[in-house]
Order: sequence, then C-alpha cells, then structure tokens
Amino acid sequence: MTPLLEFRNVSKIFGGGLFDKKRTIALENFSMSLHEDPPLITAVVGESGSGKTTLARLLLGLETPTQGEVLYRGRNIHTMNGSERRQFLHDVQFVFQDPYGVYNPFYKVDHVLTKPIAKFKLASSRQEARKLIENVLETVGLRAEETLGRYPHQMSGGQRQRVMVARALLLKPKLIIADEPVSMVDASLRATILGNLQELNEKFGISIIYITHDLATGFQISHNMIVLYHGAVSEAGAVARVVKAPQHPYTQLLMNSIPLAVPERMWHRDTTTSSPTKPAADFQGCKFADRCPQVMDVCRTQQPPLYQTEEHRVVSCYLYQGNAPTLDSAGLEKVFITQPGG
Amino acid sequence: MSDVVLQVRNLQVNYATPRGPVKAVNDVSFDLRKGEILGLVGESGSGKTTMGMALVGLIRSPGRVVGGEILLNGRNLAGLSEDAYKKVRLAEIALIPQGAMNSLNPVTRIREQILDGLRDHGVILTRAEAEQHLQSLLERVGLRGEVANMYAHELSGGMKQRVAMAIAISMKPKIIIADEPTSALDVVVQKRVIETLQDVQAELGASIILVGHDMGLMAQTVDRLGVMYAGRLAEIGDIGKTLVDPKHPYTRLLIESLPSATEKKPLRGIPGLAPQLLNLPSGCAFHPRCPHAFERCTLETPHLIEAAPHRWAACHLLEVSN
Repeated sequence: MTPLLEFRNVSKIFGGGLFDKKRTIALENFSMSLHEDPPLITAVVGESGSGKTTLARLLLGLETPTQGEVLYRGRNIHTMNGSERRQFLHDVQFVFQDPYGVYNPFYKVDHVLTKPIAKFKLASSRQEARKLIENVLETVGLRAEETLGRYPHQMSGGQRQRVMVARALLLKPKLIIADEPVSMVDASLRATILGNLQELNEKFGISIIYITHDLATGFQISHNMIVLYHGAVSEAGAVARVVKAPQHPYTQLLMNSIPLAVPERMWHRDTTTSSPTKPAADFQGCKFADRCPQVMDVCRTQQPPLYQTEEHRVVSCYLYQGNAPTLDSAGLEKVFITQPGG
Repeated sequence: MSDVVLQVRNLQVNYATPRGPVKAVNDVSFDLRKGEILGLVGESGSGKTTMGMALVGLIRSPGRVVGGEILLNGRNLAGLSEDAYKKVRLAEIALIPQGAMNSLNPVTRIREQILDGLRDHGVILTRAEAEQHLQSLLERVGLRGEVANMYAHELSGGMKQRVAMAIAISMKPKIIIADEPTSALDVVVQKRVIETLQDVQAELGASIILVGHDMGLMAQTVDRLGVMYAGRLAEIGDIGKTLVDPKHPYTRLLIESLPSATEKKPLRGIPGLAPQLLNLPSGCAFHPRCPHAFERCTLETPHLIEAAPHRWAACHLLEVSN
C-alpha cells in the first residue's frame, strides 16, 4: 500500500558548497513513512537546531530537499501538477507555533475559517458555511457566538490556537502537522489544545505529526516518536519505550532535563549538559559525540547506524553495537507501532 | 523577623484604560526570606509580570502603583521618586526581564552593556578593575571572557540570557527578580541557566523571585510558591507541600493540567477562560471556573488565611472545612 506520506532519503543542506564552513546540515538522509490506516500520532522531538522545523518546512513545500524526495501518496510534493497540489493542500493541514503571528490583525477571526470554505468550495450556502464553522468550533471547545466576529487581539493565545485547530479540521484533512502548537500557550491551556489534537486523531481519523521540544507532551499524545539531533535520528520507536526507558544518551539527557512537577527534586547536576555545539559540516562521527558522557573513539570517526534494540525501537548509538541488528535508515517505520493500543 | 529581606504589603497596581482602571496587582502581600527562591506562577494576565516590575519600580504610565508598601529592609520603596529608585535598582534589587535576550542592545558590545549599569550607579573603576570585574561576572554566569567583546547577535539564546543575568548581578544585589528567564529556551539549556542562577544565588546569598508559568520548573527550583490569579495571590507556601496537597482549587487544577512524562493520563485543561481584568467576576474571581464554587464565592472576595502552618490560601472552602 502506498504510504500517505513518505520521506525518502531526504537531506537538506543550507549554505554553500562542500567546503563552505557555513554549510549546515539541517536534515541528513532522513527516511520515514506514515500510513493512513490506522491514523496515528507521530512525535518529532528535538532541541533548536535539531532539524525539526526544517522537516515541517519540507513538508509544507517551503523548502526543497537537497537530496531525496518528499512524497504524498506516492507523488513528489515538489513536482505535483495543479490538481494534485490542490488535493495535497486540502489533505494536509498545519498548525503553527505562534498563534499571534498567523492572524492578520485587520481581519476578524472569521476570515481564517471562511477563506478555506470559499477556496475549496466546502459549502453551497452561507447557512451551510456557518453550520460547518459552528461544528468545528464546537469540536475544539469554543462557542461560535463567543468567537466569531471578534478580532485576533480580543482573544487569548489559547483561543487563537484552538481556532487554528478548528480551521485545520474544517477541511477534514488526512494529516495535520502541528509545529510546537502549545509552546506559546499558557500551561493551563496546553492540556486543552493537546486534548483537541488527540480527539481529532481518535474521532476523525486524522494522522498527526506533532513537532515539539517537549518529551512530556509528546509522550502524552503520540504513539510513535522520533528524536532528532542535528538533523539525524538518534532514537525512534514506540513512545512508551522511548520516553519511559530512553536508550540513547541524548534522549536520556533530554529526559533528565525535563522539570517534573513532583515534590521530589529530580534535577541532578551532571556533565552532559554542556551547550549544543554545531558539528563541522564535514564531521563524520556521531553528532552527539562532543556532549556524550559515554563517548568512545569510534563515535568520533563514523556515524553510528540504527541498531534495532527492541521490536519497537531503534537507537543510533555504538553502545548497542553487537547486541542488536542494524536497520537500514529507510526502515524506521518497521519499529513503529501500527495500532493505537499497541 | 530578621530573615525577611522584602515585605510586600497590600500592593496595588492599576493600569488606566478608557474603560476604567484595571487592577493588575490587587492587594498582594507576601514576605521574601533571605536566601530563598520564591516562585510566582499564574496565567497570562494574572499580574505576575506587573508584580515583578512594581518591585523594581519600573511600572510606567498608564500603570501606577496606587497603594501598599514594598519594604526593603524596613524602607518603603513604593513611594520613592524615580531618581531615588535608580539608586536602589540593580544595587539592591535587580530584574532579569522577560525575554531578556531581546533586552540587549544590538549595536553595543556586551562589555559596554554590563559596565553601563555600574557607571550609572557612580561606580568608578580603573580600566584594569573594570576588566577584572567583567571577567569574573562572565565566569560566574558560565560564559567565556571573549563574550565581552561580542554583540548580542553573535550569542545563542542561552548565552544572551546569561548576559542578562551578569548585568543583574553586577552590583551584587540582595534580591533578584527573574521574569520567565527560560521561557524561550530548550529544556537542556533551561536546566543549565537555572543551575547558573542557583550558583549565583548561593555565592551572593541573594533571594530570588522566579516568575513563570511552568509548574514543573517551579517544582524543581523554588523553595516556596505563590500562585496568582486575576491580580491576587490565591495561595502561597512551601513548594513540596503545595504540590502534594494544594489548598486552592485553582492550584490543584493547575497541577493536574500538567502533562506528565511518567504516566499517560487523560489530558485535562482548566475549564473556562481566564477572566478579563476589566470585568472581573464578583466575589472570588475564580468562581466561574471553580468546580467547588458555592454561593458565598459569588458574593465575597476571599482573603488569604493560614490553611496550614506557614501556608496561606484565599478560598472560602478552607473556612468551611475548618
């Protein structure tokens, strides 16, 4: 079956030629595929500079891959014809990080909801359009009479972000890409918006790519998780395994850095927390080597392959060499769980 | 009490608007003890940032401190003129502003920005002394000495945050107010910045007020926690006890709404919307969202009462159960 979405050996390199010092590898030989059925939530986790936003921009078609292809239902999204592109723009919706920047302050919030209806001819009359809008707003827990007719500045960040989720839902998409949807929203509203996304997945069968730096929220709502570090996969697999028992030293570092809201003090001083440094463009080793507490000589010479340490997990780390079979980078989805309860 | 360095009493800060005054900080009282980290959490609009700004005398028109006292070692700062406040700010009480990374001047070297504050306070240093002071400040916040010669755009977010911290501690203040010092940083960098803040505090013996909305960060960092809602303090007390047994329903909901990294549970936000300060609900401002609200809550504003030893909360339920 053709996957809904596929990254095939995608690399994105910013900057000049091979010997340019400023060359930045934002994403390196990244492969992944998502199937339509059953619809699942996949979290892509990483710090700034991990390549997670480049991944989203590649999906949006805002960046073209330096190498490889991004395919939607088997068609390269950069070489699609008009009608295919139209279908793609209908089926794949985005929720952006900044609920303040996405609105035009001169238009009422209605604008972001009526525009797609007109563009994709979703309704044949005004009443029908209104009904559609009311329904999607209700799904995300907003009342139409309290939302429509207002200007963006009259709403809170949480409300605006929910309107964006409602807008995405309006088109009944196959896939929603949510890039840090709650990082600029108050803590008390995060749960509500993440709950909305979860509901879209469960009730409406929409697959979701959830891009975040926050392992905790990724753990709560997703089924599978990919941890990126400087454009390369460091660990991936079933979310319950990756978050509960991280194997890659980088995932462990991320987990140990989360401030947990528990009375026990969990934060311990350690040495791994040195600042991320950008590896030189021609560096061949593991990108995490200079921060890794368990670094070995081999780590600095050659990038580790993906070791499948468990049925539902791969780790790109030499610590697991010899104890686990290697997996081709194109085989990432083989370790993903395929059933929501799995 | 000798271990209290700052006493805030019935502080009231209003913003004038065409539709009447907005009470951004409403009758807030608390003590800051020597060497402690006090957290202040709340949603946007709860008044936590205004609170921090008021303590360093940076409320600007249309805002105004209209009542209450800010007692620093017994001296009331609330009525000070701008000139008098300038002497206190930085030297005794310093602010690391929200989005400190954007508060740096893009066209001056870091060196000048750090020395500027000192000069303003009439500290006269020889070139060698200034250089030595700079280096020790930068080292203290975990930056390399070269940073002094750099411009803001050459630094990462975490480094800029450290520069802001270096400026704040340049005159060894006894109180540091850090307003969301890590909100734009990655988790790993956040942890390091907070560790640096704790190191600096230990060295200076300073007290810190950490303003933010991340309950997890508070849990791992502060000694006591104050929870603000609609300009008022809803609860204040020991962080460990507050997390285990919150006394105010808002605090409880806030804790329950946090996504856990250890167990999967249904995501539950706080129902309803944050109140509009211009049009506050009657009685307790939280009552429309409160699962336990009863008639008295709609009529009468609750005041802080001692719900447990050294723990204070403003909720009518506490009187019912007592």
